[in-house]
Amino acid sequence: MKNGTFWLLTALAVIAIFAASRLLTNDYYFFAGYVVLQYVVLATAWNILGGYTGYINFGTAGFFAIGAYASVVLHQLWGPPIPVLILVGGVLSGLVGLGMGVLTLRLKGVFFAIGTLALAIVVQTLVTNWDFVGGSRGVYIIRPATAPFFGSYIHYLFFVMLALAGLAVAIARSIEHSTLGFGLAAVRDEEQAAEAAGVPTLKLKLISTTISGALMGMAGAPLPYYVTYLDPSSGFNLAYAVNAIAMPLVGGMTSWIGPVLGAVFLGIIQQAATVMIESSLNLLLVGVLLVLFVVAAPNGLIGLWRPRRARAPS
Amino acid sequence: MSPVMSAPLLQVAGLGKRFGGFVALDNISLDIKEGERVGLIGPNGSGKSTLVNCLSGTQRHDAGSVRFDGQSFDGLPAYRRTRLGLARSFQLPKPFRSLTVVQNLHVPLLFTAKHRGGAHLSSADIDARCEELLRMVALDGKAKARPRDLTQIEMRKLELARAMAAAPKLLIADEAMAGLSHSEIDDIIALLMKLNAAGVTVVLIEHIMRAVMSFSERLICLVAGKKIADGAPQEVVRNPDVERAYLGE
Repeated sequence: MKNGTFWLLTALAVIAIFAASRLLTNDYYFFAGYVVLQYVVLATAWNILGGYTGYINFGTAGFFAIGAYASVVLHQLWGPPIPVLILVGGVLSGLVGLGMGVLTLRLKGVFFAIGTLALAIVVQTLVTNWDFVGGSRGVYIIRPATAPFFGSYIHYLFFVMLALAGLAVAIARSIEHSTLGFGLAAVRDEEQAAEAAGVPTLKLKLISTTISGALMGMAGAPLPYYVTYLDPSSGFNLAYAVNAIAMPLVGGMTSWIGPVLGAVFLGIIQQAATVMIESSLNLLLVGVLLVLFVVAAPNGLIGLWRPRRARAPS
Repeated sequence: MSPVMSAPLLQVAGLGKRFGGFVALDNISLDIKEGERVGLIGPNGSGKSTLVNCLSGTQRHDAGSVRFDGQSFDGLPAYRRTRLGLARSFQLPKPFRSLTVVQNLHVPLLFTAKHRGGAHLSSADIDARCEELLRMVALDGKAKARPRDLTQIEMRKLELARAMAAAPKLLIADEAMAGLSHSEIDDIIALLMKLNAAGVTVVLIEHIMRAVMSFSERLICLVAGKKIADGAPQEVVRNPDVERAYLGE
């Protein structure tokens, strides 16, 4: 399938899902769906760097929160519409992603992962001590009750996140099937050999970290309007980082569909567990499923129905 | 190629590389002419691989200069050097494990093609070129295989094919034959000869003397980071310094 066709189909899918959702009368589904879609964006963004490029990012929550807090700042100053917030959040977290890319010059493997975790903690410390965005007290955001055309504001937020998810997936798939995707796979498999094959590895890694970071920030930008009360411990919640890693692992990291499946699967389980059992069960469930998948289905959900490739003799 | 060559293809002058207090390469100077087959020998730890790394840009040299095809290579990253026509294979094969054999060749084709012809290769061009390369190394039956399903010699051949996919002027083969059987070594030598006949200058780093002697027109010997001999293969192996390095006093 050509990339153009895929973008078109994604756009149609977004519109179709949204149209279908209008038949629902209970707003809860929009609140729950928003969270699942947010994870589709985060997992897809994480996978561009983690799955395609082979650099593990533990700092998803940091990028996500940069988007969220950029929105808080803009809201306090001016209150622009959500698409502007997403754009600004994406640019800021993309720049931080670019900075993270420079880390790859010196840090590889587990050391890079630790570096990203440190990056998230640094950002969290800065935000916690910044009164303008509420500091550790947190900040209340009054969201409008309705949005033009969409009616209920949560319908609008749901649509925004749905569109973002479509954008993230279409970007991921375009990368996967491009020269860039081949280059990233080469970097992931053997960085030295990639460089020797004419691949400008640093440039590609910077592109990857920037796109990945930007998408995470874009996912976070509408968050203040969704939660209406944002404090550092929820914006920088470890659950974002854990889920962004677990979802591609559970879904499968080799293809754009993996993170989508993982996010929908784990996201729905978590939402269901929150409603039916208890919200504190969420991460436990993720942990158990992660262990199960690592042991029983190392190639994730997509590995279950793709023809099993012959394993190398050990 | 005219017999009266202008500047050599590769000019290395006063090359030095230290790791902390350890001098890995000490004032190495050498020239490689276009179309030559040069063997680079030396005991383990003599600096052969470090030299390859410094020439190909995998590591940066501390002193001296490297010129290739009339252009200074000092400070250029490895990918630029590959695009300018200096390709290498690795001593331990480093295939792109998640890609198929033919996709392994796509990477250099996609990333160096633009810098050679000035135009993008169409996917038909790429397929044709891949087929040609795979036939050359007799891997055409394995195009869809994964590197982990290849045998040791097939892995070496993939390594060479991938280096050749960048369409280099100079190929540096770093111990392409270590661990191979007698007939497999002959296979690789025949392959390198074929490349050379097609106009590619080849530098062969090798321990297996039979292979080096049958392949090389000229031999360079490194010992403890210094170049101790450079000349006709028969003369170099009879050089007392070389004998001492290999056999002891």
